[in-house]
Amino acid sequence: MESITEFLKGLDWSPLYISLKTGIAATIVSFFLGIYAARKVIKMSTRAKSIVDGILTLPMVLPPTVAGFFLLLIFSRRRPIGIFLNDTFNIQVVQTWLGCVIAATVIAFPLMYRNARAAFEQIDANLVHAGRTLGMSEFAIFWKIVIPTAGPGIASGTILTFARAMGEYGATSMLAGNIPGKTGTVSQSIAMVTESGDYVTAGFWVAIVLLLAFLAVFTINMITGKHMKIVKRW
Amino acid sequence: MVENMRLSAEIYKKIDNFCLDIKIESNAKRIGILGASGSGKSMTLRSIAGIENPDKGHIEIDGDVLYDSSKRIDLKPQKRNVGYMFQNYALFPTMTVLQNVLCGLKGSKEENLEKAMAMISRMGINGLENRLPGELSGGQQQRVALARIMVYNPRVILLDEPFSALDIYLRDKMQREMFELLEDYKGQTLMVSHSRDELYRFSEEIFVVGNGNIIQSGNTDSIFNHPINVAIAKLTGCKNFAKIKVIDPHKIKIPGWGVTLDLTKEIPQDTTWIGYRAHMFEPVWGDKTTNCVKVRLVAKDELPFETNLYFAPEDGDKANKVDDICWFIQGEMRKTIEQKGMPDYLKISEEKILLLKE
Repeated sequence: MESITEFLKGLDWSPLYISLKTGIAATIVSFFLGIYAARKVIKMSTRAKSIVDGILTLPMVLPPTVAGFFLLLIFSRRRPIGIFLNDTFNIQVVQTWLGCVIAATVIAFPLMYRNARAAFEQIDANLVHAGRTLGMSEFAIFWKIVIPTAGPGIASGTILTFARAMGEYGATSMLAGNIPGKTGTVSQSIAMVTESGDYVTAGFWVAIVLLLAFLAVFTINMITGKHMKIVKRW
Repeated sequence: MVENMRLSAEIYKKIDNFCLDIKIESNAKRIGILGASGSGKSMTLRSIAGIENPDKGHIEIDGDVLYDSSKRIDLKPQKRNVGYMFQNYALFPTMTVLQNVLCGLKGSKEENLEKAMAMISRMGINGLENRLPGELSGGQQQRVALARIMVYNPRVILLDEPFSALDIYLRDKMQREMFELLEDYKGQTLMVSHSRDELYRFSEEIFVVGNGNIIQSGNTDSIFNHPINVAIAKLTGCKNFAKIKVIDPHKIKIPGWGVTLDLTKEIPQDTTWIGYRAHMFEPVWGDKTTNCVKVRLVAKDELPFETNLYFAPEDGDKANKVDDICWFIQGEMRKTIEQKGMPDYLKISEEKILLLKE
């Protein structure tokens, strides 16, 4: 018992905070971007849709290190965009927490986008038409009819995005690196402490990750299950 | 007919191989559009509501232009104030009945609530305000949809196959009720349907749509009693059709049925077909009288309150093979046939004949 208290006291908790912060920030960005992209893509012609959808989904199917490589290419301080961000706004991406957020967002975004899109596509177009003929503004139709009806899909997209963003490793390690207390996320810590032979600390973080991942999936099931009771589909 | 009430729509729209090109103008209070599925009738309704965009045309209600391609007027659906009842009612599934009815209303909250509750009780759905649409029966859903439209006080109400989602048992009841509820609505109502019964009951004036065009229009009686061609007669429920030859202005020959009819009225020269409704034959046993078709029974369908009999014309020209002649009988006639057996001839009465073009 004492040794556990000892262990928890001596533990560097920063990976958990960094991961949570990163996950939340990436989820907020992905939530709005994903919904926005889903709405735009639905309205496109079939060909444009396939191309844009392909690009947006790519980060999900690529190895994260490949995405990380491209992100480095873009944001490196020796490249135009990196130079521009640094000189004009004094923003640095590589080896910073911002890099964590960007890497996590890019990797997790497709989950939000695809879930939102699938949910939107299932909505009966006549619901939107009905809203229009009843004089509702497009804004009201979207937030009062489309989003609630697409609710379960949006919710599970959001939770999956959060879970994925929190656990991101490959792209993060390339873009943000593993600087303890700054960019050292839980998943990077697990790799690091395992390598150094500290299986107790690694095991602790693994348990935390397992718990969070299960909670995420459990919550999704609760939300979608409850919703199915309210809205009878088929 | 009501003064100052006039719906006028000229719609042209091309989609792939289909071309919608129709013109509707009416000041009837209840207007029907009759057509088979795929004829363009729903598209017409959607264009009036602004859900669908015509390629060109002009849409006007009571003198207000909603759409005019040459003047580049195209009001958004939100600005048209047109009540549209969708085939599946399109109730918002996550909103309660009350929220559904409230959603289109602008203005003060208390007033809206009062209006919505009044409409809900007028539609006879009080007590259901806090239910979700998924918890309601088809008939109740339809009333919610109607309440949602009527509370908004639209200048025209469009009904898109409003009864097709209901089962037969409910349909007749709902039709009667809905037409009653619509009685105190001041504006015009336009209903699209492929069901002649629905439209016959409902409409003062009917437009028949076929393949994207208006093929006949007029008051309901004239459409049902004097359809101009075979397609329209079919839509009005006529079952028997035969090609004819006009021999002289009072004599026509029906080769397929093997009969020549003597008629007192004059037959227009351009008549090429006749139609005859399945309930209108008279049976003849034994000796042949005038305007009789010799028939042989080929099939029989027993329904609870009706028997459908199908006959082959015995003297029909074999080269001009025709469909079986349908004769539908009910009540007394069923008993008579049971006692006396199948008739030898079916008699055609002159005033029931529909004179048609191809």
